[in-house]
Amino acid sequence: MSNLVKIENGVAALANDDWTLVKLPEAQTEERIQAGKVVLFKLTGESTITEEQIANTVIPATGKIIVPLSVFVERNAELESRIANGEVGVWLATHELLEYLIQQQADLNVLPIIAVFVERFADGRIFSIGTLLRTRYGFKNELRAFGDVLRDQLFFLKRSGFTSFMVRQDRSAQEAIASLNDFSKPYQGAVDEPQPVFKRYNRGV
Amino acid sequence: MYKYDEIDQQIVDERVAQYRDQVRRYLAGELSEDEFRPLRLQNGLYIQRHAPMLRIAVPYGMLSSKQLRKLGDIAQKYDRSYGHFSTRQNLQLNWPKLEDTPDILAELATVQMHAIQTSGNCIRNITTDQFVGIAPDEVIDPRAMAEIIRQWSTFHPEFALLPRKFKIAVSGTKQDRAIVQAHDIGLEFYTDNNNNVAVKVWVGGGLGRTPILGSVIREHLDWQHALTYCEAIIRVYNLHGRRDNMYKARIKILTKALGINEFRNQVEAEWTHLKDGPNTITEAELARVAKHFDPMPYENLSAHDASFDAAIASNPAFAAWVKRCVHVHKQPGYRAVTLSLKPHGQAPGDITSEQMWAVADLADEFSFGELRSSHEQNLILADVKLADLYKLWEKARAQGLATPNIGLLTDIICCPGGDFCSLANAKSIPIAQAIQMQFDDLDYLHDIGDIELNISGCMNACGHHHVGHIGILGVDKDGSEWYQVSIGGKQGNDASLGSVIGRAFSAEEMPGVIQKLIEVYIQQRTPEERFIDTVRRIGAPPFKAHVYAKNEVAA
Ligand code: SF4
Repeated sequence: MSNLVKIENGVAALANDDWTLVKLPEAQTEERIQAGKVVLFKLTGESTITEEQIANTVIPATGKIIVPLSVFVERNAELESRIANGEVGVWLATHELLEYLIQQQADLNVLPIIAVFVERFADGRIFSIGTLLRTRYGFKNELRAFGDVLRDQLFFLKRSGFTSFMVRQDRSAQEAIASLNDFSKPYQGAVDEPQPVFKRYNRGV
Repeated sequence: MYKYDEIDQQIVDERVAQYRDQVRRYLAGELSEDEFRPLRLQNGLYIQRHAPMLRIAVPYGMLSSKQLRKLGDIAQKYDRSYGHFSTRQNLQLNWPKLEDTPDILAELATVQMHAIQTSGNCIRNITTDQFVGIAPDEVIDPRAMAEIIRQWSTFHPEFALLPRKFKIAVSGTKQDRAIVQAHDIGLEFYTDNNNNVAVKVWVGGGLGRTPILGSVIREHLDWQHALTYCEAIIRVYNLHGRRDNMYKARIKILTKALGINEFRNQVEAEWTHLKDGPNTITEAELARVAKHFDPMPYENLSAHDASFDAAIASNPAFAAWVKRCVHVHKQPGYRAVTLSLKPHGQAPGDITSEQMWAVADLADEFSFGELRSSHEQNLILADVKLADLYKLWEKARAQGLATPNIGLLTDIICCPGGDFCSLANAKSIPIAQAIQMQFDDLDYLHDIGDIELNISGCMNACGHHHVGHIGILGVDKDGSEWYQVSIGGKQGNDASLGSVIGRAFSAEEMPGVIQKLIEVYIQQRTPEERFIDTVRRIGAPPFKAHVYAKNEVAA
């Protein structure tokens, strides 16, 4: 059993992972801070992915794969038939732009899974990314968080539209499930429950 | 004030359970130091020089007597029988034990209190003017909106882990007393030309290492959209604010880097998707919350009271207190009273358990059982009858809470500094105490008149030194403590940031430096001119010349 928690039909449970995560090889060249979206990249200070990395990424010949966003965009032609077969998902890091994905793939529901990699627990961009995927871009399939995923993010991730959580290997995924129910009646509307509490309950006058 | 229903209560109760388990996991070694840090911070728990510090939320500064009594009990049971009111209107305990903090939170929950989001990189306590609801110049009482924003921001999933802390202030007065321009978001409520409640939205203000006054991102926003508009702002910030350098992570850095126009464009683009969405506030919800802030059951009183007038005439000490600590009120025959937490020679904002209980009794006896904390670190009884002022004064004086120095030089805003705070460059409390002792002559203080002196122990500017008429900042020079002095800062509608006068001073020099600044003012002022006005009129050079003159002679 992997360390994967999945919510299906409203019930969270440990699940087997039938996807293979495709990773970029380590960067060969020095980091370049400048990129297409100059302003944003400068501000967040992230390094960019090189063409060599994309070209050298090893894509398994068969099976269900989750490929990096840059590979999905740059090597889309290679993947075309597998995408049509529903064998390809996409993952992105929290500093990557959703617009980049949408330009390539307007209908996201062709993808059975989108996964978001969070490098550090404290990186809350993942919540906005989940929210946008669900509310702006209408993504309906599995939305997974992986990376530095610990139980105390799970409640927020769920509310931001995530439906599966690859809990960090050194922690118990089983125990983490409990935190999905930390709060029973959250105040504000969010992805999982769009209405705020004042529209869900009669709070009197 | 706002009273919890079952839903509110359930949320704080569930928070206590969640936090108790987080502490358990930490103590059991299941959470590392680094993993526990963001969790405890979001619950107001810092690890400080001597012990943890727990910051308890006082939403927009409103407290009931019952709550204050409980805070007094908690300080006695779990701490050293005192607490400290901060410039965010919150109460801090300086010596609790980590193991006790879940129990403290459980006790707080019994009086509808908590420590949620009082620290950490999330939306912090909403602050406002301490005279909210009673000030004659108030156009709109923003407390209902503050409460609605509090609920919306509590455990907001999308904004749980922002690049940096995020502070929102609301105000509804002609004269801004909530420093909306020094907040990440400032919401200024007003009545528009159609007589509807509208909001002027400020963004990107903040003190700290890079002090910046906010810019107006929207002149007019209908109140119904306050939450969705904040969501649009914070979403742009959450996605694009810097996370690689904590000193460049506040929203003000993003708005400066993009420019307010580009930032506005991004926010407005985001908002087109959120506008009229589910988090749009309804009339019904506003009405439900606003009911909690209905005016008190005031008596119909005449605007004058003979016994009060007689007491003023016959008792100069009482008259001096009234002049400084008693404030105008919308309702005829009522006044607001500031209880000074700045007696000379004590740490500004500190209050003992005994004083908390006493103030709770005073609130019950004289002010409908409610009180407020101010960002100037004092307590306010907002609804006192003119005829009761004398009796109140006598009782407050017996508790050391009637120093008639509100708005005067010794009403110092001061952060905990090096005595408590692990981030400090220098101590701040002893500087405040030394200045208070230097100016321990009430007649002289009254002659100096209105002035604000703010002290921070480091660049983080918890003591708001940039907006003090005189600002003092602790700096580190080769491992020893020094103090940089600035003049000309101001809060309010015509806010400004102070400018540094020159090289830093040692702690011993500080009272003398302040003395010299005051001397220049006394010599140069025109009748009725306040310190800040003199600084603005004549500029910094005459002050510099006098302060540094002696050193040159000595050198
Ligand atoms: S200003 Fe600095 S020293 Fe003072 S409380 Fe804030 S962080 Fe601590």
